[in-house]
Amino acid sequence: MPFIPHTEDDEREMLAVIGAPSIEALFDEIPANLRVQSLEGLPSGLSELEVMQLMAARARADGRPLCFIGAGAYEHHIPAAVWSTITRGEFYSAYTPYQAEASQGTLQSIYEYQSMMARLTGMQVSNASLYDGATAVAEACLMAVRANRRSQAARILLPRSLHPHYRAVTLAMTLNQDLTFDTLPYVRDAGHMSVDSLAVHDGQDITALVIQQPNFFGVFEEVDALTDWAHARGALVIAVVNPISLALLKPPGEWGAKGADIVVGEGQPLGCPLSSGGPYFGFMTTRMQHVRQMPGRIVGATVDADGRPGFSLTLQAREQHIRRAKATSNICTNQGLLMMAGTLYLALMGAEGLERVAAASMARTAELVAALTAIPHVRRAFARPGFHEAVVTLERPVAPVLAALAQRGIQGGLDLADYYPELGAALLVCATETKTSADIDAYASALSEALRSARAA
Amino acid sequence: MSLALREKLIFDYSRPGRGARGQWPPVPAGAAPEGIPAGLERRTRPQLPEVSELDTVRHYTRLSQLNFSIDTHFYPLGSCTMKYNPRACNAAALLPEFAGRHPLAPVTHGQGFLACMYELQEMLKAVTGMRGVALSPLAGAHGEFAGVAMIRAYHRARGDLARDEIIVPQAAHGTNPATATMCGCVAREVAVGADGDVDLEALRAVVGAKTAGIMLTNPSTLGVFERRIEEVARIVHQAGGLLYYDGANLNAILGKVRPGDMGFDAIHMNLHKTFATPHGGGGPGAGAVGVSARLLPFLPVPIVERGAEQPLYRWLGERELPQSIGRLTGFGGNAGVLLRAYVYMRMLGREGMRRVGEYATLNANYLSARLQQVGFEAAYPQRRASHEFILTLKRAEQDYGVTAMDVAKRLLDLGFHAPTTYFPLLISECLLIEPTETESKQTLDAFVAAMAQILREAQEDPEQLHGAPHRLPVRRLDDVRAARELNLIYQEAGG
Repeated sequence: MPFIPHTEDDEREMLAVIGAPSIEALFDEIPANLRVQSLEGLPSGLSELEVMQLMAARARADGRPLCFIGAGAYEHHIPAAVWSTITRGEFYSAYTPYQAEASQGTLQSIYEYQSMMARLTGMQVSNASLYDGATAVAEACLMAVRANRRSQAARILLPRSLHPHYRAVTLAMTLNQDLTFDTLPYVRDAGHMSVDSLAVHDGQDITALVIQQPNFFGVFEEVDALTDWAHARGALVIAVVNPISLALLKPPGEWGAKGADIVVGEGQPLGCPLSSGGPYFGFMTTRMQHVRQMPGRIVGATVDADGRPGFSLTLQAREQHIRRAKATSNICTNQGLLMMAGTLYLALMGAEGLERVAAASMARTAELVAALTAIPHVRRAFARPGFHEAVVTLERPVAPVLAALAQRGIQGGLDLADYYPELGAALLVCATETKTSADIDAYASALSEALRSARAA
Repeated sequence: MSLALREKLIFDYSRPGRGARGQWPPVPAGAAPEGIPAGLERRTRPQLPEVSELDTVRHYTRLSQLNFSIDTHFYPLGSCTMKYNPRACNAAALLPEFAGRHPLAPVTHGQGFLACMYELQEMLKAVTGMRGVALSPLAGAHGEFAGVAMIRAYHRARGDLARDEIIVPQAAHGTNPATATMCGCVAREVAVGADGDVDLEALRAVVGAKTAGIMLTNPSTLGVFERRIEEVARIVHQAGGLLYYDGANLNAILGKVRPGDMGFDAIHMNLHKTFATPHGGGGPGAGAVGVSARLLPFLPVPIVERGAEQPLYRWLGERELPQSIGRLTGFGGNAGVLLRAYVYMRMLGREGMRRVGEYATLNANYLSARLQQVGFEAAYPQRRASHEFILTLKRAEQDYGVTAMDVAKRLLDLGFHAPTTYFPLLISECLLIEPTETESKQTLDAFVAAMAQILREAQEDPEQLHGAPHRLPVRRLDDVRAARELNLIYQEAGG
């Protein structure tokens, strides 16, 4: 019996103590007509050897292609120490640290994580993680409505250059809460949103402005001017940032004259494998004045009965297990183990290592864009500079070209046709520090050939 | 074995100029690269720790040793299903091809992964009796959100716009009413009778034209099976509402009863409970949702479909499912968690799945009987325990001034993680105890011995209990001070 240790003797003795004739008798309160007769559709069990053979074969079928896709999930080198440490059973198989005395390891790690994330983003407090970057944006919008007491409108401005999945998740998760979302355009040939285009919203009651830096296209936004514009109109600023980029970019806490109010993002680049989309972790930091509106768990330092320092979950009156229907969110389970990965990643990298990762990724993307745009009719879509992603346009539809590249083991980027049809045949590409010049050359020559044969066909 | 019961902060190891240089990529640091416009650069470095690889590994290894975990301790935390997390599941999910696969990779580079996801959907359908499953919700509460959002979408699609009340039993998990609020509903509580079942008269009184649905766990949070579940379903359905199954307690009935057969329209499954994926010190989870036929069009996207041609497996999105409640996750869900659950289910198979519910129930009933033998009081002694049960310490509290919290903290001293305390709120001074099927009789007997010792101490030396724990890295923490004098991030001395 997999994972069940009972011997026949154990079972007999246990039933005798209970005073039941059989295990089946323990289910005698369940109406007989509801009992399962058969579990058709379920295969029979496999040994560990058999299941690992199956999984190895499935993994081989997926292969290890050369990946130039970014779009919110990025392939970075993960130091070996990260996962060998966090998969220790004491972290891996522990529960949420409600019993503080038996969970000081997890609690102190969260406190260290909160400290690092506050410093990285230039804010004062952090929670212990949300599900992912997309849900963190949705939670930030709901939090802004609670925190901005001057605004009655529950109106949020969302740039069209925000990750389209973040927009979709934000709409789906706030659907029944009477929020209004207005879309802000991007400048067609530059790829960022212009402060001038916000003029149509002058005079409106605006609760919050969302700014993604760098935006979905990888392009830098004018964060100072946008932040000041929002604050001048009583709106809060929700910053959506890539944590790696913050090694080089001005932290949201320093945007404009007063800084952003809520900072969220996808933590995946910090030590989490791509893993087909998860588990990752969403992060959220804010100013102390908004801490009681923040969703999710928070750890605080305190003292024990002998006056010695220790850590515990705090401000729990915000949370569902205490406040129930009046909680700031229904979130309970978060992404704790991935937050641990982020903590170890930040410790190992430090500010200088993180700078190198960011600078190397920017340099590789610049190299990639140069190699691709050297191909006839391949052009940069936007003139403004960006971080480690860029949009390039082709002379013909992207999908068949990507399919041809995939056949050669190259994932050439994300086709934007479904997301931004107005851009024509546009492709979002990314290169991080993991890509070599040889990788980039391989992609460029494969693309050149695919376009040539498409033209000939 | 760690000699040190305390560990300083990672920041205390930091020295200017130190770093884990072997882990850094080979590029020049210092000046920001060309391309960052003036005014957008970071002016001062973030004050992250400057530590070596050994500093980091040793620090976090030492911190790990301050934790209780399933791997080190019996962890009978009611409602949380802290069963053993098989190692093969982790090894398979971290195979380089799976770990390295980009979420937006073409399906041609993912047929192995997608085959696992498709089969996981099918297995979850079979074991719950639901008609459709979506894997994307990232935790139990996220699955609850999906379920209630689908119920709302269903009513809205029928033009039935007034239904904005969600009924929850008094003893429900806090996530249930919180979810109702997040979905723009009002949570209405319904009473539970003295026998632990929902009070049907109270239920009849509360349902009506505004009822969107009811959220139930079964077995309930009181550790007993809701015997009149079919009548509950009839009452709610006749009033035009739908039934939501909170899968937190699915382990109790795995392979024995299926939520679909009980009349539920939507359910979430906590794969990190029932299907043995790790809790990771707070997460990640996976909160797959299942639905009856009437909610099929509303499932969240994406979903994996198997077609007739190559490539066999593909994602279905909003284009194929236009009535979907939409996308609830940045990508396709906690895929690595889903892979772990898939491996676990394949190892259990049909027979193993049935044994989960059986032995979880055997362990809970045995432990309940033994604890009553040594003098503890069960909250529902006349009922069968499900996979968990409640003890009430109100007598010990009256007689010796010893609380459930005292008992919980003393258990930590004796090498056992505490059961869930003070939940459900309905039972005073309660311990909610869930042993799970992966624990042996010998472990349960050791736990009984510890509990018997605590009961003796309650009579002879209650101070021993009030002051517990005595042997852990810290004694009871001052939560009031933690909340009043907020210290949420590290500040350098004098900083």
